[in-house]
Amino acid sequence: MLTQDEVRHIAKLAKINLTDSDVARLAPQLSGILDYFAVLQEVDTEGVAETSQVTGLESVTRPDEIHMSEIEAELINCTPHQVEDHCVKIPKIM
Amino acid sequence: MSLVQKTLKELSVAFKAGEITSREITEAFIKEIETRDGEINAFVTTTFDLAREMADAADSRYENGTLLSDLDGMPVTLKDVVCTAGVKTTASSNILKDFVPPYNATVWQKLKDAGAVLLGKVNTDEFTMGVSTETSAFGVTKNPHDLTKVSGGSSGGSAAAVAANFCAVSIGTDTGGSIRQPAHFCGCTGVKVSYGRVSRWGTIPMASSLDSVGCLAKTAEDCAMVLEVIAGKDVKDSTTPPVEVPKYTDTLDQPLKGLKIGIPQEYFIDGIEDEIVSVVDSTKAILETLGAKVVEVSLPHTKYGIAAYYIIAPSEISANLSRYDGIRYGSAVEGNSLEEIYTQTREQGFGDEVKRRILIGTYALSAGYYDAYYRKAQKVRTLVKQDFDTAFNEVDALLAPIFPTPAFEVGREADPLRDYIEDVLTIPANLAGICGVSVPVGKSKAGLPIGVQFLCKAFAEDRALNIAHQIEQTLS
Repeated sequence: MLTQDEVRHIAKLAKINLTDSDVARLAPQLSGILDYFAVLQEVDTEGVAETSQVTGLESVTRPDEIHMSEIEAELINCTPHQVEDHCVKIPKIM
Repeated sequence: MSLVQKTLKELSVAFKAGEITSREITEAFIKEIETRDGEINAFVTTTFDLAREMADAADSRYENGTLLSDLDGMPVTLKDVVCTAGVKTTASSNILKDFVPPYNATVWQKLKDAGAVLLGKVNTDEFTMGVSTETSAFGVTKNPHDLTKVSGGSSGGSAAAVAANFCAVSIGTDTGGSIRQPAHFCGCTGVKVSYGRVSRWGTIPMASSLDSVGCLAKTAEDCAMVLEVIAGKDVKDSTTPPVEVPKYTDTLDQPLKGLKIGIPQEYFIDGIEDEIVSVVDSTKAILETLGAKVVEVSLPHTKYGIAAYYIIAPSEISANLSRYDGIRYGSAVEGNSLEEIYTQTREQGFGDEVKRRILIGTYALSAGYYDAYYRKAQKVRTLVKQDFDTAFNEVDALLAPIFPTPAFEVGREADPLRDYIEDVLTIPANLAGICGVSVPVGKSKAGLPIGVQFLCKAFAEDRALNIAHQIEQTLS
């Protein structure tokens, strides 16, 4: 069972603000889902390799050539914040 | 038969023969959308002015004898996760509700280069996470066959748009069943391609090792026409292997005589409705009439697919969606610190299901839990894949149900875990990276469509489309 404090901790890691009522609603839902995952313990995976991709491709490379994107300004302007000198203006970090 | 009821193939043939213009076809679809989308809600954004412009350009190409492809002048819709330069792309999420991408996804660029006409962007569950479009920030898409039912998800907008004759073909995505299930709910044909068959570049990701971009249409032949255009290696997506793209339309007519088709016994789960099972039975009978041999097969790890998927997918989701931080794109909540901008933008921008999956993924990947959840799930993924490898040593394709029921009610009681478990019949194909085609075969007593899926090994879309086409020909 996931406690409400644990839900708050995960939310903090995920950088999502949650209200107390969100936490109260989500805790039992997430616990139910995590409990369900216990079914995997029935499976013997001793010596089984992990699958992280299915294509069989390895170390895909391409020629090291420079291509200009030509939409640099448009990409930066996707920001909801002010743009100055090709930079997005955000609150101070330090 | 009215224009909008015609298949892509029929429209394409008529256009190329000079019997009809692209503008006339486009106007017919626009009229249909304007008349009925108010009650169905398939579209997030319509692009009628752009469509008219593109149609007129196609008509000029026809006049000049410079048509680009069989798709030239053909109206399409795109699931609203496919980035379209200058046209809003929202992923049906508040966090991207005003996002206008400056570039085209490869799949749309290829269609555009082939002359296709864009009618608009269609609804999806938020970031493709859901089974009904009910997690969309822009409301549910209703089922054109019965407005009290959902269109399915997550590509529900695509399936409804095809079923309601709003377009001849729609691009969707399938990460755990998101093309096949809505195709089943709405009575259209849908192709879930092998992982890597179609470039994912520019398509807003959910779970990168599972996502696939495919299409929905009225027939397998139409899907084959589209797949010939959109499939293939893309230097911008390094997960697209250099496997040749066959001419899928050339092999549709191959007889099924001598094919061996397996029915996985584990797919007849508790709770599956009799009407679904009986449609699988009638499909089996058709296959036997066509000369195929149908045998029972076993995919023993099927039931573990859901748990593996709902660890792996949320883990990838938690990483993929970290980019929505209120800084680079999308909407932002003003704050005094970066932390405030991040946490409040994500609180207000994401819906409940997206938050749930990010939290599950964050938990599964966090220190101390990684081995128990993520690593274990990836090992089980191997076993699920091996089940298919073993089966495909014996059979050419698998015939299986898609979902335990036909389309369910709009607004049924929320239950996240039940929604996950219902994906049991579609998820394993994504874990294994194989391909599949869903075909409408029957109807329930209540008149709702029921489909079946044909699953084939990776990069055997030609075989799956061939079988689907033969079934459709027999039924028509």
